[in-house]
Amino acid sequence: MNIHEYQAKEILRTYQVDVPRGKVAFTPEEAEWNARELGGQVFVVKTQIHAGGRGKGGGVKIARTLPEVKSFASQMLGMKLVTHQTGPQGKMVQRLLIEEGIDILKELYLGIVLDRSVSKLVFMASTEGGMEIEKVAAEKPQAIIKEYVDPQVGMQTFQARKIAFGLGLSGDQIKNAVNFILSLYQAFVETDASLAEINPLVITRDGRVLALDAKMNFDDSALFRHPDILEMRDLHEEDPLEIEASKFKLNYIKLDGDVGCMVNGAGLAMATMDIIKLAGSMPANFLDVGGGANVETVKNGFKIILSDANVKAVLINIFGGIVRCDRVAQGIIEAAQSVKIHVPMVIRLAGTNAKEAADLLRQSKMHFEVAETLQEAAKKVVQILH
Amino acid sequence: MSILVDKTSRIVVQGITGKEGSFHTMQMLEYGTRVVAGVTPGKGGQKFENKVPIFNTVKEAVQKTKANVSIIFVPPAFAADAIYEAADAGIATVVCISEGIPAMDMLKVYHYLKNTRTRLIGPNCPGIISPGKCKVGIMPGFIHREGKVGIISRSGTLTYEAVDQISRVGLGQSTCIGIGGDPVIGTRFIDALELFKNDKETRAVVLIGEIGGTAEEEAAQWIKKYFKKPVVAFIAGQTAPPGRRMGHAGAIISGGKGTAAEKMKALKRAGIHVCKSPADIGKTVAGILKKS
Repeated sequence: MNIHEYQAKEILRTYQVDVPRGKVAFTPEEAEWNARELGGQVFVVKTQIHAGGRGKGGGVKIARTLPEVKSFASQMLGMKLVTHQTGPQGKMVQRLLIEEGIDILKELYLGIVLDRSVSKLVFMASTEGGMEIEKVAAEKPQAIIKEYVDPQVGMQTFQARKIAFGLGLSGDQIKNAVNFILSLYQAFVETDASLAEINPLVITRDGRVLALDAKMNFDDSALFRHPDILEMRDLHEEDPLEIEASKFKLNYIKLDGDVGCMVNGAGLAMATMDIIKLAGSMPANFLDVGGGANVETVKNGFKIILSDANVKAVLINIFGGIVRCDRVAQGIIEAAQSVKIHVPMVIRLAGTNAKEAADLLRQSKMHFEVAETLQEAAKKVVQILH
Repeated sequence: MSILVDKTSRIVVQGITGKEGSFHTMQMLEYGTRVVAGVTPGKGGQKFENKVPIFNTVKEAVQKTKANVSIIFVPPAFAADAIYEAADAGIATVVCISEGIPAMDMLKVYHYLKNTRTRLIGPNCPGIISPGKCKVGIMPGFIHREGKVGIISRSGTLTYEAVDQISRVGLGQSTCIGIGGDPVIGTRFIDALELFKNDKETRAVVLIGEIGGTAEEEAAQWIKKYFKKPVVAFIAGQTAPPGRRMGHAGAIISGGKGTAAEKMKALKRAGIHVCKSPADIGKTVAGILKKS
């Protein structure tokens, strides 16, 4: 699960990680009010969307007076912000972060991520702040400092010192950096984060070490034990069909193609999408109905897939182990009675009671192609598309 | 020979009285698996379907029945605890079916187990089956045939698809291991390959991978150096968009890394037969094995 910058900073504040003072605003009036509360001479007005590259896209502005804050806020709220991470359609801006201006001496990079090859959390730090870490990793890998954390003992102070000295810090900066790093680690672990990225990590003239930007993603599997983080979910940042699907406990991801699919099992679902690509088209969605492929699931799955205007054909691929294929067939037939299916369909049901299922489908008055093997299903998809 | 589980394996089911545990225990018993015990704290002394004694703790189950393999059907919030309990009781092989265990929990489990004699398969996996000998999992037994092809897969139903194709071309499986779809797992491709390497019965191996992480690339390097038997691979997710979790917690392309294309390239470079289409898995294995 993703959250906004201002929410990440709220979390970090509770862990004593140094972040600029600031507050979220939903209207220009709120923006001006927040700036007045902050006081000072420099305010930063930052769009809040679940994507990076906001600065370059014109989504971050420096204001020096309260009227300027209000005016920028009016322009930015409701704007469609396009960055290199949003795709050409951009994202609608509904929230702003009004923050105090910071006197920046240095910009660094600090992040925590899981290194799957060794199953350990790793701190990555570099003096190349403000740049995308993938770019630094590709062009100047030696500029990246890595510290692996032993999960049984946690991040040690000496490791934080190694990072701080490695970044070329000195004097007061060291103590502040060490506290920042250790507190960030604690925040990460205690919130079950999956990613924390501080880019840039800023050093000020008086030795402060703070997060000018903060990105935090969370482990979906751990949200059950973090209701406060779950509350930070911004539905506006998610696709409406996906939100609809989650209400029915369907694992659905909307894509750009025109062949919809419904499958049981994530791996098989991805493989089915691959088949669609090999057939010369592209999948309109990922949909894993899991072990619960019954009439309701099938009906809801159909509704969601067919709500996508791009869908020109549908491929159903069910390999029934515990799931009985004849039950799924029954579900499809019943669903077709209540949901208008206006596109050609290829249905492949294999495994338990596959023969009974195929008979049921052939006997029904519906029009679809029935396939036995994956090979057959692939061929028929090509046929109905061309 | 088969690896990890065979006719002598004695299975204890953790969570035997739950909905999933009870259903699959019946299925395993039907397959002929020696389920010797079940554990549900508080239900010790009872009997499952008049067949399997239930105990309060894994320790007691092991003492009384000499169980040496455990299968865990426990909700994700409590699954890490169940794994620790099994390891503490001295279980040699733990198969964790549960999906949705927090990654932080699994990080600790993974490193803790390194200092024990317990091998973990999973979590978020369908289990292990040595056809004709023993099924410790949720896979449909009837699609499997005894044979010489080893399978290592991150998936569930995609594995069944591969198994079905292989059975239909007249071949069979020695052992199928579902290693699971999570980012932190107990047994990786390389760990399973090492076991297949030393198994005389296994003549070829099928790897079923997917986007996310670098396990397939690491396996490719290892295979090039140490594995002489033919390997066929299929990587799911050629059409997956970046940054999205495709069902499995571990199926996510992050920071540009973990794409299917990269994995396929690495596997090909190591001399592995990579199937572009999942429909070609059985065909490809047959082509290799029937020639030799």
